[in-house]
Amino acid sequence: MGFPFELVSPERVLFSGEATEVVVPASEGEITVLAGHAPFMSSLRTGVVRIDGNKRLFVRGGFADVSATGVTLLAEQAIPVEEIDAEKVAGQIKDAEEDLRDAKTEAAKTAAADKVAALKDMLAAARQ
Amino acid sequence: MPSLKDLRNRIASVKATQKITKAMQMVAAAKLRRAQAAAEAARPYATKMEAVLANLAGGISGSDAPALLAGNGKNQVQLFIVCTAERGLCGAFNSSIVRLAREKINAALADGKTVKILCVGKKGYEQLKRQYEKHIIDVVDLRSVKQVGYVNAEEIAKRVISMFEAGEYDVATLFYSRFRSVIAQIPTAQQIVPAEVPAGEPAKAAYEYEPDEGEILTTLLPRNLTVQIFRALLENAASEQGARMSAMDNATRNAGEMIKKQTQKYNRSRQAMITKELIEIISGAEAL
Repeated sequence: MGFPFELVSPERVLFSGEATEVVVPASEGEITVLAGHAPFMSSLRTGVVRIDGNKRLFVRGGFADVSATGVTLLAEQAIPVEEIDAEKVAGQIKDAEEDLRDAKTEAAKTAAADKVAALKDMLAAARQ
Repeated sequence: MPSLKDLRNRIASVKATQKITKAMQMVAAAKLRRAQAAAEAARPYATKMEAVLANLAGGISGSDAPALLAGNGKNQVQLFIVCTAERGLCGAFNSSIVRLAREKINAALADGKTVKILCVGKKGYEQLKRQYEKHIIDVVDLRSVKQVGYVNAEEIAKRVISMFEAGEYDVATLFYSRFRSVIAQIPTAQQIVPAEVPAGEPAKAAYEYEPDEGEILTTLLPRNLTVQIFRALLENAASEQGARMSAMDNATRNAGEMIKKQTQKYNRSRQAMITKELIEIISGAEAL
């Protein structure tokens, strides 16, 4: 039995349609949502969303809203895993690490560190 | 009476201007399509976010609510975030946003409120600084940004939130132009702090929250702010291109009319000159 599932990021809608099983990286552990799940809301941690066991999308930050009418994922950043270019991301990690070393102010440092962590997570998702 | 050469020069210069306005119109049309697509792609996220927020806010009320939602109980210091374009030549686009902002600013000042202005985009700053120079706290420059991204909105939102947390203002209003169609852009004022939550129906079923409700709300609210700003920037980008397109369309048409008029004038005076010369020759020949 399926349920309507939507994955949206601020820039575009990544998935909209029926799904039978969605694995969500919730902040306190992965949860698997099947049809008829109790209403539930959680923030997301960085990780991979799996739809029906075959489609994989990398998400970072956001919320999952499971209600009687369907499941909505609001992701700050989302990209299908197969669209991640591992080499390009590796290059970006290098750049970001350089930024981190060059960062002077505390704010710039935390921003750069965040970026490095995000890119590393993305790379790990691509290599899985 | 201008000479024939003057008229010729005038026609040539109007033709050159027409070419430029025509090119600008076509560029704006191409950019509009992209900007419109971006604005439409962002809508589902914003509407979903609103729905989730309405759902959550219905459950939380009173003193539990975070300040970003309930406000800090004052409205003495008002922050106006005025989003305009970086470039001109787009009809009344910038001026109509500024006009709306000016109305609100004047009303706030007359009420004895303290006004702070944050300009996004150069054009609005240029128009506002004449009157409100001392109220403007900063200008966010997006000139180097080709396509407005979520990161741009995030930067602005971070500023706005940290200022709120530092107690630098009590109420924030966002000014931008909502894109209705190519010919209709509606200047809009939207209060973003404290967040205006649409009155949704309260959650029917008992939700389970992970982590707890309050914590989700405190992370959701800043995000909602970012999304609202992001949406404003996108709507603005689409509106700007739409306004520019119709302004340039008008300019091209006006130039066409002018060329027609001037050409007619040119031909008339040329003909008059020939006739005059002929009469001179004929009357000269008759006199012989």
